[in-house]
Amino acid sequence: MTTYKAISSVLRPVGRSTLDLFQVIGKIFLFVVETLSHFLRPPYYWKELTSSIFNIGYLSLPVVGLTALFTGGALALQIYSGGARFNAESVVPSIVAIGMVRELGPVLGGLMVAGRVASSIAAELGTMKVTEQIDALKTLSTHPIKYLTIPRVLATTISLPILVAIGDIIGILGGYLVAINRLDFNGSVYLTNTINFLEIGDITSGLIKASVFGFIVAIMGCYHGQNSNGGAQGVGKATINAVVSSSVLILTANYLLTELFF
Amino acid sequence: MISIKNIKKSFNQVNVLNGINLDVAKGESMVVIGGSGTGKSVLLKVILGLIQPDSGEIFLEDQSLSHIGREQFLARFGMLFQGGALFDSLNVWQNISFRLVRGNGRINAKEAREIAEQKLQRVGLKPDILELFPSELSGGMQKRVGLARAIASNPEIIFFDEPTTGLDPIMAGVINELIREIVVEMGVTAITITHDMASARAIGDKVAMIHNGIVQWTGRITDLEKSNDPYLIQFLKGSSSGPIKLTS
Ligand SMILES: Nc1ncnc2c1ncn2[C@@H]1O[C@H](COP(=O)(O)OP(=O)(O)OP(=O)(O)O)[C@@H](O)[C@H]1O
Ligand SMILES: [Mg+2]
Repeated sequence: MTTYKAISSVLRPVGRSTLDLFQVIGKIFLFVVETLSHFLRPPYYWKELTSSIFNIGYLSLPVVGLTALFTGGALALQIYSGGARFNAESVVPSIVAIGMVRELGPVLGGLMVAGRVASSIAAELGTMKVTEQIDALKTLSTHPIKYLTIPRVLATTISLPILVAIGDIIGILGGYLVAINRLDFNGSVYLTNTINFLEIGDITSGLIKASVFGFIVAIMGCYHGQNSNGGAQGVGKATINAVVSSSVLILTANYLLTELFF
Repeated sequence: MISIKNIKKSFNQVNVLNGINLDVAKGESMVVIGGSGTGKSVLLKVILGLIQPDSGEIFLEDQSLSHIGREQFLARFGMLFQGGALFDSLNVWQNISFRLVRGNGRINAKEAREIAEQKLQRVGLKPDILELFPSELSGGMQKRVGLARAIASNPEIIFFDEPTTGLDPIMAGVINELIREIVVEMGVTAITITHDMASARAIGDKVAMIHNGIVQWTGRITDLEKSNDPYLIQFLKGSSSGPIKLTS
């Protein structure tokens, strides 16, 4: 009997949190379906969309750019030292390019934007929830999903590929700078190698990933924000949940999409 | 004008509303009083359609709300939220004219600003705050801007959720007076939730006291003192002894 109790006291929390997890996944799924259904029906709030694109996209540029610059530089050094082991130092330009464009650009860009944007969306909407602004929206005949969620989801889904495209270029530039200054590469050879090696599919697969990651970031921010409760503490929790869940989902989706494009 | 019929609502097996019945006539100002946690805010949210009741119905001029549709109802309606609930990202005139520039029969920004200015004057504020954001206003000003937003589309029905809590006595008096004036001059039907008996007397024609999930007492505000309902007497006296038990 005591062993039964001991086992159940260990297993019960596991079972409970597994059930909770499934419940949350179901709710998020419904939230996504509802959001998508609102895409198709007017009214559309263009001003909210443009200001979201500015806040989310444009203002994320420094973060994404710096991340890409240093990642590209580090990547060049790493690949050089790895390549040198079998006299293949010349692969640096092509692997930096493919690594940035197909993988690191979208993933790191997505994670940085998750940290910056999912948190701010969740905090903003969470505060609106606890100060009754979302109720006020409803009583003023405005649907919160149309007015708050759709502009943000569209803004991240559109902005992230653009950010990542810029980040790819900056990342390749970072690799280029390190290669010609530290590793004695010839600049024009480096660039020709990069351009000749990359295929259009490398670029599009990276940008499609970025778009999906953008969608994930805004959906998680909006979902956790709009469902927060319990005052300032609830808003803090919503913010954490938004960042953690969007980061994990980005990495999961990244693997699945990579399989898809493989 | 508004008939609330047998509304029941429970959260996690706890009955909050146990069959509320309440009628509010056209042009009448009804004040709802009752202890903390008795479900006054839940009742308002049920009427607004923000919370789905377990059973019961709301009628607007003998038509069930489920037939009229929420959009039609909300178009005739304004609400002042407890904390003002102004939109942080919009300035004062954009807040006041929020519905006007969005709903059906939308108007352009210039007209919206003019109407916002009129409404702002109506609540006793100067037009120099039109461009300010809610975070730059005091609590009393936010309440008044919230009031201006509630009356912006000339509603027939207005709800006030605790309009005077958190304000100093003088500002509370100003808000009470404003609400009374606006209700009379616009001829609106009003429902106000409050704990503040001075406010109730200033705003209301009628009072309903909620206790144990039902309307315990209802009558004209002038009859408050004459009632011999023990629950009401205890509430008015603010006494801890009587039939109302402090359970939680
Ligand atoms: N969304 C909800 N989920 C679960 N319980 C709720 C919810 N909303 C309200 N309640 C519960 O319903 C009860 C009544 O709450 P309500 O906010 O209506 O009280 P109130 O009469 O407005 O009190 P106060 O005067 O303090 O504002 C409370 O016990 C509250 O915990
Ligand atoms: Mg309340």
